Amino acid sequence: MPETFLLEVATPERLLVREQVREAQIPAARGYIGVLPEHAPLLAELGTGTLSYAVGERRSSIVVSGGFVEVQPDHVRVLAETAERPEEIDTERARQALRQAERELLMAPPGADIARALNKLRKAQERLAAAEKQKAQTGKRA
Amino acid sequence: MPSLIDIRRRIRSVRNTQQITKAMKMVSTARLRRAQERVLLARPYARMLSELVANVAAAAQSEELLAAHPLLVRRAEERVQLVFYTADRGLAGAFNSNLIKAAQQFLREREGVRVEIEAIGRKGRDFFRKRKAALSGEHLGLGNKALYADIVPVADRIIERYRSAEIDAVYLLYNEFKSILSQKLAVERVLPIELPKGRRFTEYIYEQPPVQMLERLLPQYVRVSFYHALLESTAAEHAARMTAMDAATSNAAELIDKLTLYLNRVRQASITREIIEVVSGAAALA
Repeated sequence: MPETFLLEVATPERLLVREQVREAQIPAARGYIGVLPEHAPLLAELGTGTLSYAVGERRSSIVVSGGFVEVQPDHVRVLAETAERPEEIDTERARQALRQAERELLMAPPGADIARALNKLRKAQERLAAAEKQKAQTGKRA
Repeated sequence: MPSLIDIRRRIRSVRNTQQITKAMKMVSTARLRRAQERVLLARPYARMLSELVANVAAAAQSEELLAAHPLLVRRAEERVQLVFYTADRGLAGAFNSNLIKAAQQFLREREGVRVEIEAIGRKGRDFFRKRKAALSGEHLGLGNKALYADIVPVADRIIERYRSAEIDAVYLLYNEFKSILSQKLAVERVLPIELPKGRRFTEYIYEQPPVQMLERLLPQYVRVSFYHALLESTAAEHAARMTAMDAATSNAAELIDKLTLYLNRVRQASITREIIEVVSGAAALA
């Protein structure tokens, strides 16, 4: 049985990952799925969250939201609407986006698209958390 | 005969123009490189999406619903939407005029059909606004950054109009970037969607039913086509401007050479004339 599979993560604007990985955790719309090599073919919508994967002993993560996941025995493709590496996220701006999302949800007039506002809030939380975790890690290393 | 000062002035003005065209060429070269990079970066997603759509469509083929999907269903083309990509600025050789010619050709071929134009880029908008054509929308400045997020609302509005049967077909007209020297005009029908050919049939486990997946995949497929055309058009624009400015710079150099030769000839002539005057004056005295 192969030890690794090919993980590809792309947005319409760029390709973020094309690597042989050992294992990956992917935030599908209905909850996280863990993928190992030789996974059964699966199609799912991508949710909002932090995708993480392991190459050898190294673990990396990417904040993704919206899109599709295709799992095949030898490869996994994540077609995300947006995807960012934690080190690319500006903590200050992420915090502002979170406050903005909270305000929008609170002020939402009746009949507004609550699901959309909620999703925005989740994305902001996820981004901020990932950025802060990244900061703490690099801080420790320094 | 023009005076030496006039010729010198003329040379100086051509040289100034040459400096501008040279600078514009350099700017376009840098922009072209970035635009080309973006085209390359966007390719993997587009390829993967099209394979995914093919796979899901192959899996859903057995089901009748595929034929009835609002984005796949064909109607007689009575109202057509043309999405027209041009540059915001000129000085790019025949770039914009070729596009405009192609757009007029497109309209001529559809005599009697109501064609609405969605203008992306100032040049195309100006042309059709002056001619009072039916403009359904205009978007300027999209080519600067060529962000995916900027083109999505444009695509979504058109998808919505197609879904509600306000329009029967959507075509993109843009300049495809082949290489720096060769560009090709492309007319591409994006709605109704032509499903990409299936690779292989895979029995997927679906977290969401295939119908729901297609419901999300198909609009995304159209959006990516819009984005792809924007990237291609931007790269082609910079390539065209670069070539045009390169030609202008070497034309200016040629003109300067010619004027300098002329200048020297005029100067020589006047010197010769003066010598003759002096010599004949001396001869008259002798």
